[in-house]
Order: sequence, then structure tokens, then C-alpha cells
Amino acid sequence: MIRRFLQAGVVALLLMQSVALAATSPRSGITYAGADVRALQADDFANPGMLWVARGEKLWSTPAGRNNKACASCHQEAASSMKGVAARYPRIDTATGKVINIEGRINTCRERNQAADPLQYESEELLALTAYVAHQSRGMPVAVVADAANRPHLERGREIYYRRQGQMNLACVNCHEQNAGRKLLAETISEGHGNAYPAYRLEWQATGSLHRRLRACYFGVRAVMPAFGSDELLDLELYLARRATGLTVETPGVRR
Amino acid sequence: MIARIQVPATAKRGEVISIRVAIQHPMETGFRFDVNGRAVPKNVINSLIVRYNDAEIFRAEMGSGVAANPSLQFFTLARDSGELVFQWVDDAGQRGEERVQLAVTGP
Amino acid sequence: MPNRRNFLAWCAGVWGMSAGLARAQADPLAALVRDLTGGARLSAGRVSIDTPRLADNGHSVPLKVSVDNPMTAANHVRSITLLSPRNPRPLIAKFVLGPHAGRAEVSTRVRLNGSQIVLAIAELSDGSFWSGSAEVEVTESACLDAG
Repeated sequence: MIRRFLQAGVVALLLMQSVALAATSPRSGITYAGADVRALQADDFANPGMLWVARGEKLWSTPAGRNNKACASCHQEAASSMKGVAARYPRIDTATGKVINIEGRINTCRERNQAADPLQYESEELLALTAYVAHQSRGMPVAVVADAANRPHLERGREIYYRRQGQMNLACVNCHEQNAGRKLLAETISEGHGNAYPAYRLEWQATGSLHRRLRACYFGVRAVMPAFGSDELLDLELYLARRATGLTVETPGVRR
Repeated sequence: MIARIQVPATAKRGEVISIRVAIQHPMETGFRFDVNGRAVPKNVINSLIVRYNDAEIFRAEMGSGVAANPSLQFFTLARDSGELVFQWVDDAGQRGEERVQLAVTGP
Repeated sequence: MPNRRNFLAWCAGVWGMSAGLARAQADPLAALVRDLTGGARLSAGRVSIDTPRLADNGHSVPLKVSVDNPMTAANHVRSITLLSPRNPRPLIAKFVLGPHAGRAEVSTRVRLNGSQIVLAIAELSDGSFWSGSAEVEVTESACLDAG
């Protein structure tokens, strides 16, 4: 019922508002949020995402795997060693030539250096560690630079961003650029930046990854959802990070 | 269970201090179904008791109407230096405990 | 064979039943309140609820309840109970305080199953019961999750 209503809402919105809005400088999703959500994100105690950061902090110094090493065994204090790292991610993994995000880097580290099994995408442990690592870059400008190695992936991410898909035949750009700032039911459409993720969504009642949020968008336009950590979502994440240049890392963000 | 407690490190005797508690817990309502269609059993933190130098100063009896990752703020009179003990339990019997020191100054 | 007279009687019966049903629905908290107060008089006032008039999501609505009370040994709030007329379990939470609280105020975040008037009842040390309420319109994000 709600879904049918939503579907009708999206169609009506697009029919009424065919004029495209050009984005000037990027606006973080938090600026579109209501007073309560803004206050939650701004207060480090009230922000429920900080519970995941706190758990990540514990995991950081907990040994794992057959080598009995913790993240801290090599990287020591995350406050210094991880500062600015999330702002530069996703990157190209030099060993494989593939796009790798923070989640992927943590799992690669587990396999290569800790001799531990990779953590499942969206597991509480991986979310906690990712939130903790990304949190060390909070306030730093998103700094993904285009180079020869990541250019093909940026291009592909851009294609996905502009590709109409799903039963609603909508691309990311249709909502998050052409209609950003406008209303979709009781929602103000944001510009769709990923700079606050992993983020706590009231709708989820939990902290979730950017891939979970992107999959929710695929679901929203009734498209086939790519798997967590898939090449498609990684390329899109890379493009979104490049597109968010001018914003700062907000992890853990709070969203509706 | 991860929990965060916020209590001022020091307080003046007779001062009313704010205490904040946040606990990572899904507060399962018992009305949800998992991806395989199975009902997820109700499991909420049903009780949180706070003691200040062994005397109970606050108790919360909670149901599924309390939001996931419950957060609480309440107040207490700073009387003597000592320890605040936070203890809670959920429907599954899982318990949590945190201890915080408070230094009270003045006559 | 139905005639006009027993048709009217039937209508009256249905009307009576539905009026009773409407009364029961109008105050789904009546039984809970009776249990709480033990039949003592519940007076309106002294209790205030601070919550957004328009909540972003029913999963997590900020709510602060405070009672106008000096919080002394002789006159203090014993407990504050939060009730929802629309939640499947109307008893949201009960907070037990005492004179040592210094301030009769508790903040938390609650789940609200739709727009409603939330009720808070304070039990004072003199055995009296006071109530306050707040109307909350619950909205939802247009962007639902894949579930």
C-alpha cells in the first residue's frame, strides 16, 4: 500500500517538476534533515552511531585470526594512523587493481595480515570497524582524486549514476540532482552524498553501510539490487566520493 | 553489549547532575519478521537499575515502546564521592554492567 | 419473518454495541491507568511532555517528561509512566525516581505506532497522581529500505 503510494508519488513528482536544477556547491544530506536528526548527529553522546564507533574502538585492539594480531598491533593509535584515510577512499588496491573501500580494506587486512576470515558485509563487526576507521577522518575534506588507475572505474560509476533503471526508470541524477531540495512525500530529497556513512538511520534503527543505503535506492526505483561489495556498488561509491568533493567526512552521520 | 555512560567527573555537593546512558540493543518488538519470514522474538532491555554508593537512584522498566539502542537522561543529587553502578538485563537474560566514579567536592 | 418493529430493535442493538465499542476505543488506556493508580483520582496538570509536534520517524521519537515538583523528602515524584494509546503494547516505560533525583525529569526516545496523544502519569509521594500529554504527528521517510 505504502509502496504503491510512493510509486505514484515519484511519478507525480517527476511529471510536475520537469525543470532540472543545476547543483552548484555540494550540500551534505544533514542540511536537509529536520531539527531532531541534526541535533542527534551534532551531539556525540546522543548520536547512536557512536555506539558502533565505540564497538569498533574495542575491536581495533582485539586480536583476531591465526596470527593473533589486532589492528592496533600494526597501526597503533587509529586517531593518528587512520586520520584522513577514509577521506581518500575508495581507492584502487595495488595488489588486485580493483576498487577497494574501507570495508574491503579491513577485510583484506584481516586475510593478508591477521590470517583471519573476512567479516561478512553489513555484519555488526565490520560496520563497527568501518565506522571507527571512518570516524577518524571526521571533519576532513573528502579527497578522492581522479588518476589513470581509477579513471575507468570513475567513468563506470558515473555511467551508473546517470543510467535510468528499474520499473520506475529512474537514474540517481533524476532525484538527487534534478530534484534535490524538493519534496517526495514527507521527505526532502538530498543530493545523495555518501560522506556520512556508515550512518545511523532512524528507518533502520541501526547503523548501516553506504552499500545498504544504495541498495535501498535501487529498491526504491524497483531495480535489481547489486550485491553488497559488488563491483557496481564500488564503482558507484567511488564516483559518489569524487562527486562529494567540497564536503567533509561526517561519520557516523544520522539520517532519517 | 556496548554501552556509553555520561556522568560529570566532578560535582559540588548538593549539585543536581545529569546522567546519560546509551546502550547498543535492537529492542526487538516481537512484531518483526526476518528475511526468511520467521518471527523475530521479542527481546528488549526490560530493566535498568542505577545505584549510587549502593543506594538505588533510578530505575527504568521498559517495553517494546522504547526505541532501539535505548538512550536515557535523568538527574541525581551529588551527595558523596563514590561509584555509580549501572545494571541492565534483556528478555533473553543477557546482562550488562558499567561502573563510573564520581568525585564530589565542597562542604 | 422480519417486520418493522424488530428491525428497529435490531438497529438499536447494533447502535448500542457500536457505541460501546467506540467508548472502549476512545480510551484504550483506561484499564492500564486504573491498574497504575489503584482507582485513585488522576488529575490533569503538573506533568509536561516535550516532544516534536511532527516526528521524523515513529521508530525513534525524542521525548522529555518533567514534573513540576520540588523533589524533597517530603514532596517528591515516585515514578513517571509513559503510555501510548496506539502502540500494540501501550505501556512504553515506567521510571522510578525518588527525592535523591533532585529534578523530576527523564528524557528518552520512544517508538510510536502512528500519530497519537502520548500520556505521562506521575505518582507523587503523597499518593496523588498527575498527568500530562502531548500530541505527536508521526511521519516517515519516503525512502524505505529493502527490508
